[in-house]
Amino acid sequence: MLTQLTHDIARPLSRRRWLAATAGLVLGLAAFTTARAADDTIKVGVLHSLSGTMAISETTLKDTVLFLIDEQNKKGGVLGKKLEAVVVDPASNWPLFAEKARELITKDKVAVVFGCWTSVSRKSVLPVFKELNSILFYPVQYEGEESERNVFYTGAAPNQQAIPAVDYLMKDEKVKRWVLAGTDYVYPRTTNKILEAYLKSKGVKQEDIMINYTPFGHSDWQTIVADIKKFGSTGKKTAVVSTINGDANVPFYKELGNQGIKATEIPVVAFSVGEEELAGIDTKPLLGHLAAWNYFQSIKTPENEKFIKAWQAYTKNPKRVTNDPMEAHVIGFDMWVKAVEKAKSVDADKVIDALPGTEAKNLTGGTSKMLPNHHITKPVFIGEIKANGQFDVVWKTPGLVAGDAWSKELEGSKDLIGDWVGKKCGNYNTKTNKCGGQGS
Amino acid sequence: MLTNFFRNLRALPFAILLIFATALPVLAGPFEDAVAKFANDEFSDTEEAIGVLATGGNSLAYAIISALQDGRLMADPDTKKVYVTQPDGKAIDAATGAPVASIPDSATAVRLNNRLRRAVEAALGGLTLLSPDPAKRIQAAQSVFKTHDETMLPVIDGALQKETNKGAKLAFTEARAAILLFKPDATDAEKLEAIATIKARGDQEALALLTGLTGDQPPAIARAAANATSAIQSNLALWSTVQNAWYGLSLGSVLLLAAIGLAITFGVMGVINMAHGEMVMIGAYVTFMVQEIIRTSYPGLFDYSLLMAVPLAFIVAGAIGILIERSIIRFLYGRPLETLLATWGLSLVLQQAVRTMFGPTNREVGSPSWMSGAFEIGQITITYNRLWILCFTLAVFAILLAMLRFTSLGLEMRAVTQNRRMAASMGIATSRVDALTFGLGSGIAGIAGVALSQIDNVSPNLGQSYIIDSFMVVVFGGVGNLWGTLVGAFTLGIANKFLEPVAGAVLGKIAILVLIILFIQKRPRGLFALKGRAVEA
Repeated sequence: MLTQLTHDIARPLSRRRWLAATAGLVLGLAAFTTARAADDTIKVGVLHSLSGTMAISETTLKDTVLFLIDEQNKKGGVLGKKLEAVVVDPASNWPLFAEKARELITKDKVAVVFGCWTSVSRKSVLPVFKELNSILFYPVQYEGEESERNVFYTGAAPNQQAIPAVDYLMKDEKVKRWVLAGTDYVYPRTTNKILEAYLKSKGVKQEDIMINYTPFGHSDWQTIVADIKKFGSTGKKTAVVSTINGDANVPFYKELGNQGIKATEIPVVAFSVGEEELAGIDTKPLLGHLAAWNYFQSIKTPENEKFIKAWQAYTKNPKRVTNDPMEAHVIGFDMWVKAVEKAKSVDADKVIDALPGTEAKNLTGGTSKMLPNHHITKPVFIGEIKANGQFDVVWKTPGLVAGDAWSKELEGSKDLIGDWVGKKCGNYNTKTNKCGGQGS
Repeated sequence: MLTNFFRNLRALPFAILLIFATALPVLAGPFEDAVAKFANDEFSDTEEAIGVLATGGNSLAYAIISALQDGRLMADPDTKKVYVTQPDGKAIDAATGAPVASIPDSATAVRLNNRLRRAVEAALGGLTLLSPDPAKRIQAAQSVFKTHDETMLPVIDGALQKETNKGAKLAFTEARAAILLFKPDATDAEKLEAIATIKARGDQEALALLTGLTGDQPPAIARAAANATSAIQSNLALWSTVQNAWYGLSLGSVLLLAAIGLAITFGVMGVINMAHGEMVMIGAYVTFMVQEIIRTSYPGLFDYSLLMAVPLAFIVAGAIGILIERSIIRFLYGRPLETLLATWGLSLVLQQAVRTMFGPTNREVGSPSWMSGAFEIGQITITYNRLWILCFTLAVFAILLAMLRFTSLGLEMRAVTQNRRMAASMGIATSRVDALTFGLGSGIAGIAGVALSQIDNVSPNLGQSYIIDSFMVVVFGGVGNLWGTLVGAFTLGIANKFLEPVAGAVLGKIAILVLIILFIQKRPRGLFALKGRAVEA
């Protein structure tokens, strides 16, 4: 091919000949690379939005996976083969997520996909992963009520984030009145439903719970913050449990600060505000507000310090922050590598069977384990916002908490469990001993 | 633990009096032990230490506790030594008060959580009741009003007699009333007077205090309390209407600011400019850049950063606007569909360009000190940033209006938009005017970005959230009429804010959209329709 081309170039080319030659070259190269790739690399799909609304959060996760692949390749790859990332951009467009997932699995033949952030994007790719039988690692805290054979949930289920946070406020801060504020979509709605049921089971009365939803990207918080202030001035200790989504948080906290609501009076505990989100805010007025996560950058362990150092070196940015969903990818990636090595194959069925029981060190000093319901065990931390945009851990669970696929607080799901090892079922009803309850 | 601490705290005022009387540092064992506890990095130890310090009567206590509040209290976990760094950078040993040359590197600031912050505030509150600064006295009296701790009564009485400042006197009187209301052995006359005082205060906290009163009161007092409660409630209801109106004005000013630029490019020129939001975003990023440069090179000028950003944002966004007009839009005049698609695509290109340059995450734009915080008028809170944005918007509107009316460029713009061919035959360079008009609209959008950076995220998506609202305002107000835009923006803002408490934020927004659709059915040209042949052209 090459000699042919050189030969051709030596003569003046007619337009048609030149085109043909180029096309030949391109085709040849393409064939060459795919052939090579299929032989000695394992492909890893990265399905995170790099443009559109969610790019703000997901771009970092794409970089994380690339970083992890890079590190793994330095160690010699997996099963003697190098890993190769295939990055696609679903552009914060939910149907496009399904399309891109299909492309990754069928065209690029990836062994595993790391991706998605919003629940709606995960729901959109579910049928694709089921149909084509591939593996998705989902790294974000979510509303639970799901356990799928092809999905591994490395983020927190509600009982690994929301419930411990409420427990902390109830016990340590003696909170009696609750504002559940969230963005109007599935994660806040389900989480608040679970929290409402939980609070009521703890004896909180209906009139002491205020639930408030706002549209995506809400920026005028004056009325709502004034309402919260009013709700909190009855003499009973009040706290806000915020499931407000990324972008709307900045104006929300700014308004809180401007209206003079201090954390010592009405603390706000957030489930979607991490180090990345705080990077865009002047954090002085936020001092003492809380966040519940399974990982904080400020946690001092040798693993974490090593990770932060390597990450900042990889991104060539000494100020680059780390956050919870990143740690979830670190754990998930490690588990996948171990499962592949255990199964001695990247075949989806074999890896799916090998994953439950796999253990991986998390960055906060413990060892997380993949459970039969495809969720993992995690520690839960409550952090207070510090002036430098980091969190100061003020409380943590004594040990690791096992993720519940189905919430024990909700009527419809309290009897359900996910068990892909013994029962081979994502929604096994322990009362009726049958597979297939509510949900999938 | 907490109750223990507060019990200790009650003796605090006397302890302070003692300090002032003797003014001698008491170098006893418990104080040094307590100070050493700060180095343990345990919240419970820190809490104990605050308790001991607050009651121990050491002259260093105030310095240590206020340093703790500001994060200036440093503790070395290895040597268990604790240091206070003064605001001027010098340091003293917390246990002895002796100055130290430098603090070891291993020392870190003593950590606080919310519970400790409250304990610190309470301790300092007790210490500041007798502060020479009236503002601090008022603050301390306010916190007594909330806690109505009866052991504070003698101190309050003492302070009240000496007090000459009017505001502080009122605060002390109110605090005294709160204490008496809850004091079991206060006489009925005292309690009735207390209720009257609290009723006169009339805010949310007064209401909380009155509703917190237990049911076993004598009938006369219970009746007085019930009357006071309902009086306060109806008063607050009135204020909440005023508050909604203010919030509406504020939201309206934001809508207006975002829409003014569009009122020029879409309203006056008729270009369906979907990239309008991106001009706003560019303005916000200019603000970010200006602040970055100021932060690194001239930190003293930070309070002026926004003033500097305004002309720069106008120039940058305006220049980009002119570039867009010259390179794309001028080929598409009279083809609204193509314009819509081209500018929509352009908006995506600009977003992604900014995302590539600055990264997808939010950028921090700080607020200058004169835009932070709030003040109260009656029972409503007005935040400075919203107030300034309202003033700024009105100023921009006035300047724009004056420009269109009194400058030759304004005259040419109006001439071209009213009758292009006639204007051209009168010797006006219409294509130059087109470019300048588009540049003007874009520049004003850039200015809007400077203001919006104060209340919203500075991210590549900033513009998207305003484009729909901006079109809504311009169409509702009447295309081609600046006054219509003004009235439209404030109408929508106020309507939204009165609907929000009733229907919630989500439904409120939907209701507004439905109302606009209905309105446009009835009056397709908006509130203030242009009349005459120019419209049909």
